[in-house]
Amino acid sequence: MTHLLYSIFIDPFVQMGAAPDLLAQTLWEGLVSGILYALIALGFVLIFKASGVFNFAQGIMVVFSALTLVGLNEHGVPAYLALALTIVVMLALAFAVERVILRPLVNQPEIILFMATFGLTYFLIGLGELIFGGDPKVMISDQLRLPSGSYRIPMSGGYVQMQKIDIAATIIASIMVAALAVLFNRTRIGRALRAVADSHRAALSVGISLEQIWVIVWFAAGVVALATGIMWGARSNVSFALQIIALKALPVLILGGFTSIPGAIIGGIIIGVGEKIGEFYWGPLLGSGIESWFAYVIALVFLLFRPQGLFGERIIERL
Amino acid sequence: MFYREVGQYKTSYGADQALFPILQDRIGIAVILLIAFVGVPLTASNFTIDSILIPILVFSLAATGLNLLTGFTGLLSLGTGGFMGVGAFACYKLTTFFPNVNIIVLILCSGFFAAAVGTVFGLPSLRIKGFYLAVATLAAQFFLSWCFIRVQWLYNYNVSASIEVPTKTLFGLAVTGPTASPVTRYLIALSIVALLTLLAANLMRGRIGRTWMAVRDMDLAAELIGIRLYQTKLLAFAVSSFYCGVAGAMMVFLWLGNAESESFSINQSFLILFMVIIGGLGSLLGSFLGAALIWGLPIVLRAAPSHFGVSIHSATVEQTSFVILGALIIFFLIVEPHGLARLWQIGKQKLRVWPFPY
Repeated sequence: MTHLLYSIFIDPFVQMGAAPDLLAQTLWEGLVSGILYALIALGFVLIFKASGVFNFAQGIMVVFSALTLVGLNEHGVPAYLALALTIVVMLALAFAVERVILRPLVNQPEIILFMATFGLTYFLIGLGELIFGGDPKVMISDQLRLPSGSYRIPMSGGYVQMQKIDIAATIIASIMVAALAVLFNRTRIGRALRAVADSHRAALSVGISLEQIWVIVWFAAGVVALATGIMWGARSNVSFALQIIALKALPVLILGGFTSIPGAIIGGIIIGVGEKIGEFYWGPLLGSGIESWFAYVIALVFLLFRPQGLFGERIIERL
Repeated sequence: MFYREVGQYKTSYGADQALFPILQDRIGIAVILLIAFVGVPLTASNFTIDSILIPILVFSLAATGLNLLTGFTGLLSLGTGGFMGVGAFACYKLTTFFPNVNIIVLILCSGFFAAAVGTVFGLPSLRIKGFYLAVATLAAQFFLSWCFIRVQWLYNYNVSASIEVPTKTLFGLAVTGPTASPVTRYLIALSIVALLTLLAANLMRGRIGRTWMAVRDMDLAAELIGIRLYQTKLLAFAVSSFYCGVAGAMMVFLWLGNAESESFSINQSFLILFMVIIGGLGSLLGSFLGAALIWGLPIVLRAAPSHFGVSIHSATVEQTSFVILGALIIFFLIVEPHGLARLWQIGKQKLRVWPFPY
């Protein structure tokens, strides 16, 4: 019994203190995967904020956009032109989603819209496999001039290894969040987006076009998906398995709150770091593989104390 | 004028509160049961029974379980696959501990284990609602899937990490295992499903069902009129998980014959949620229609090309069926967001007023 308590409460911290380089490495890896989770969560938040739709298809949008990019390149389109074309494809997708799914389903309960994005997921999985085949593809990192290789930072006897692509991902994520924050807070479109988020009907009555707004948010989410796809793809490869990883964005959303952009980022980092630390220091105790559910348990425990997430809008219930 | 209930006077409270107060419904249900219990075993081929009818029964029961929770109590759950797994693994362990007990009893008992686990994971439901709760139940799903792999005790430490169904006999007839005939398994599955559906229908008509629906419609208001929120929600979780657990045990023992963690993955949960929503939230009939549609449609789509003499690569067929399924889901939601059960109601109304438009 004392041995168990020791290995839960004391031993991991002793290990952390004994090998700070390993701790720093774990922290860094957690940070990077956290940022990638956060990028997926960001796509969810964008759409949820502006249309109240819980977009389950965000994960497959990531895969689909990355596949389009790689697929176009395979057919001889130069990398940057392929990138531009993929953005056009995401725009077309945004228009299609608005016209075919959102407009006929306006004013339906949110669970129905949630289910509709499920249909969209199936549709995109089938379509993606039909066009590009089901095999994993290698991301065209070199043609896109993404950095490769890694830095080694010496630290108390060992070293911390940082992949350059991870650093690039961190920077791109930060730029994207800053851009979105400016878009939401400083521009005319951003004001319209926030108005729509508050109330569809009130926004309509002051002359905001819901259709336009929806196309804009779905397009923005598509671009975020593309960036996420490139980053994930460069780290492993582009395959439909990414879609399952996208589910990890859900505890991030819970932690950060469904409606908060900074919440998505901070939630992502907490989940990423917590998961890696948990797996590395407490994982051997339970048998490995706890990464698959640890994030959800963090989120669950958190929810018991703060049901609306870290930065979510306060839930007020009235009769 | 095909469907007329005018003139069927009820002269007692008992008649008014009957499960099927209308004559046509009673006849209809009797005909359906007759076909299911007698017609199908006599006529259907083993393939039809094994790969279409038994799965539909299993999924109908699981969908009914989820519908009790999501459709009637308004609590969105994505842990169905996990709870089905608990039922299946519990049943497997029970057969190793009590090899001589009647297998049907064990299948039903395994539901109680699922109910216990479901209650534990239902604990957060008082504090959190909607999609937040859905994600909380995902925790259950992933944790349980992990347990099905890591806790070797659950599958008796065998190397393949899967559970194999032992052959069990009932009155000298093989009921489970490889030697059991599809018809036997079908009849047992049908009996269990019919029994539990009847139970659910009665549950919904009584006090418990009404408190659940009150909670679904507005939980704060329900609390104010004196419904104990916590007990009600936990009971919903327990009953729903019981149904899912029995469905999971049936899935392994009466249909697949063996299973591993992968059989109870997150995809299973989504599939069943699909069935509930396409079928109709808050409708027992809907659970059956949804299960039949979602399970039957891909089979039809896969069989269709070869039926028309067109030969297409099997992978292409698979992918195309995904595209069509996705498009159909969206189509159904747009045409009738309240599901197939609602379509049936509209159809009944049309039969009632025919040949007049209203």
